[in-house]
Amino acid sequence: MTSTELAVEAEGLVKVFGSNRAVDGVDLRVQAGTVYGVLGPNGAGKTTTISMLATLLKPDGGTGRVFGHDVVKEANIVRQLIGVTGQYASVDEKLSANENLYIFGRLLGLSGKQAKAKSAELLEAFGLTDAAKRPLAKFSGGMRRRLDLAASLIAQPPLIFLDEPTTGLDPRTRGQMWDTIRSLVATGSTVLLTTQYLDEADQLADRIAVIDTGKVVAEGTADELKASVGTSSLILRLTDRNDTGEALRIIAEVFGVQGTPSPEAGRITAPMSDPDRVTDLLLAFRGAGIRLAEFSVQKPTLDEVFLTITGHGVATDAVEDTEEVRA
Amino acid sequence: MTTIATNRIVPASERRLKNHTSIAQTVRNSLVMAYRGLVKFRRTPEQFFDVTLQPILFTVMFTFLFGGALAGDIQKYLPTIIPGVLAQTVITASVVTGVQLREDMDKGVFDRFRSLPIARIAPLAGALTADTLRYAIATTITFLTGIAIGWRPEGGVLGLVLAGLLIVAVAWAISWIFAFFGVIARTASSVQGISFMVLFPLTFLSNAYVNTATMPGWLRWFADVNPVSHVITAMRNIVAAQPVGADVWWTLLGAAVMVAVFAPLTVRAYMRKA
Repeated sequence: MTSTELAVEAEGLVKVFGSNRAVDGVDLRVQAGTVYGVLGPNGAGKTTTISMLATLLKPDGGTGRVFGHDVVKEANIVRQLIGVTGQYASVDEKLSANENLYIFGRLLGLSGKQAKAKSAELLEAFGLTDAAKRPLAKFSGGMRRRLDLAASLIAQPPLIFLDEPTTGLDPRTRGQMWDTIRSLVATGSTVLLTTQYLDEADQLADRIAVIDTGKVVAEGTADELKASVGTSSLILRLTDRNDTGEALRIIAEVFGVQGTPSPEAGRITAPMSDPDRVTDLLLAFRGAGIRLAEFSVQKPTLDEVFLTITGHGVATDAVEDTEEVRA
Repeated sequence: MTTIATNRIVPASERRLKNHTSIAQTVRNSLVMAYRGLVKFRRTPEQFFDVTLQPILFTVMFTFLFGGALAGDIQKYLPTIIPGVLAQTVITASVVTGVQLREDMDKGVFDRFRSLPIARIAPLAGALTADTLRYAIATTITFLTGIAIGWRPEGGVLGLVLAGLLIVAVAWAISWIFAFFGVIARTASSVQGISFMVLFPLTFLSNAYVNTATMPGWLRWFADVNPVSHVITAMRNIVAAQPVGADVWWTLLGAAVMVAVFAPLTVRAYMRKA
């Protein structure tokens, strides 16, 4: 596998439902062996995009390729290369976890014995062994998702689509899901995941595409996206607020920029373009006898990125907040 | 749960891939799907009500209701009505196949089937094939009920088995019609609605309960060409150890045509459905 191999290549994908252009010219390029996040609000076209790439929906325009194979003309090849875990668990409610995995294994061409072994192995890996024989009706949401993901891994596909893998899960189960996704990538899988959680994309994805009303509105690494909004800020709180004037003078001297005091709490915010200079600043404070009660760095969050790019509703408030801090 | 598959994943470029499914694979996939249907039966035995209680009820009810009027006495009516009731019961059971297919398709698992490299027809063919078990149960129970109320078919066990196989095969073929409704309909209850509209004329306007000679000309014409009449006549002759004649061939031809028309339609509709 060359490092430049593309697991997914979408050009101008379009899907129209009636008069609604659910997906309106989406381009995606996903390097093999990476986690790619498609981030967007509900109804942005994330699931529709995935469905087209996973051969579940026929595109109305554009092309999609999975490891170089066309998703329409070579659908059956593409299906041999992918695993799909949907937004809603696509497992059989009436059957047990064991039976589900066994049947999927048989469908994928495993012998009865292999399918049993694979099922046991996956149930073990996903901590479902104890519940293996229970009907799914008694499963919790998190258990179903895990089983669903397990079912996607039977054939060990090189590309896995995860459509909102943690929507509706509690924080603990969500953390477990993240660990699972990370270990998947460690075995050489490529993961294309959609999410509406910014921290999820931030935590997991090597690259992120922000999608809104059927279009990709921004693309890059999480850091690139954040950088597009602005630099990090250094936030200092002084033990003695009477030192504020002296502290500002030192910040101006060391950073070469003007810090912003917020009078009510003896707090100073300063734009931090070069983190290396922070050491100099702290040493200078020590030299001047200025004591710090609190010290933190605030990165621009993906929330800010998202709101800035998509310009949705609350965006204005958030921008004002940021400006107030930095101004 | 964080330790998954220790073995490395084979990269896409090193895999052997093919873009078609062979007939052998289609059959294998369909049989696995049929197995899935059987496992589901074990979990939901209520799916068997219509093929266990209903045949007893219909056989007893229609025999004693019509027997005296139509054949002079109950015993004489049995050779006519048992194959008739059987055809109706089993074909009605095949409607349920369509309804259950619709319910099944509403569950997420069908999305997974569509994303797997399996024959497109397999999830449908498998579900329909699993249901032949239900038809076989209905057939057995109808025959046993008939024997319990005094039916003594001359063809013996062999005749019963052959007639049973014939009706099960026909019901499987007919179930493709209802599977098609199942795929295109919006809800399970609408499948039932459309299907019964087709089913009632098809089963009652036949020679199932009465001699077609008693019908007015236009109705008689329909009842005589009705494929359901052919299968009933064929079954009557088989269980009575009579020469079967052309009815068996007409029946099998009709069944083949139904599959040839409705199986591709159903698969196409299934593939288009998002």
